[in-house]
Amino acid sequence: MLPYPLLSASLVLMWLALNGFTLGHLLLGCIVSVFASWGMAALRPAEPHFGKWYLLPKLFAVVLYDIVLSNIAVVWLIVTGGRRERRSGFVTVPLDLENPIGLAVLAVVVTSTPGTAWLEYNSVRRTVLIHVLDLVDEAEWQHLIKTRYEALLMEIFR
Amino acid sequence: MSTMEHAGDLPGWVALLVSAFLVIGAGLTLVGTIGFARLPTFYERIHAPTLGTSWGTGGIVMASMIFFTVLSTRPVVHEILIGIFVTVTTPVTLMLLARAALHRDRSEGNPNVPAEAPAEDPVPGE
Repeated sequence: MLPYPLLSASLVLMWLALNGFTLGHLLLGCIVSVFASWGMAALRPAEPHFGKWYLLPKLFAVVLYDIVLSNIAVVWLIVTGGRRERRSGFVTVPLDLENPIGLAVLAVVVTSTPGTAWLEYNSVRRTVLIHVLDLVDEAEWQHLIKTRYEALLMEIFR
Repeated sequence: MSTMEHAGDLPGWVALLVSAFLVIGAGLTLVGTIGFARLPTFYERIHAPTLGTSWGTGGIVMASMIFFTVLSTRPVVHEILIGIFVTVTTPVTLMLLARAALHRDRSEGNPNVPAEAPAEDPVPGE
């Protein structure tokens, strides 16, 4: 009946947050969440294995801080547009992280940080190609992604 | 829904805070769209709209949360859902566009994009 109880509960909560709490919406939300979790089960997603899940808030704080800084940096780049010699380019980052959910989170982090974009992941070589708007030093970006995000993600997702 | 429904009912400092977040959010989105139009190459251009999908959305969502929380005197937090959905769906479209561009550049033999690493047969010891 409920293959993903946590997902179903979150969906009901989300439904009520969006529609306001009434008995009718509680019922409707429950029906929606049951069907949605069946749909999810049909997709057969990989089971998440959490390691040190309590590090999630730390990752969240680090990412939020970095997004603020990179927002400022990219705004500066666009506003001062072309007055300074700027080079953008591709960087291939070798990854040790293999957990699919960890990789998905890393893709979200890299993409939502303005100035870096996750382009493609090669699962055989375990490398990811990213594009950097203001590329000064490739090794610096590889180091940043590996130490700042990947190390933390590898502790969170086993 | 509530007795206070007009922006004029807001205390001054709340109005200031809401305006500040709104201007930051809208300003970032505007700069993002300008960059989208002005940056020279496709791969550079995909970076600009992420201003709008990160703190652009974030600022407007914060403003909305503060505004409606104060007006209806109960916490209104479902805007967070908007932020979450925008954040988790952005990489999907971005990767779709970027990989399509990569595929085209590679098949055209554009020297400015890195060649595709062979998917099979990894180099031993790598």
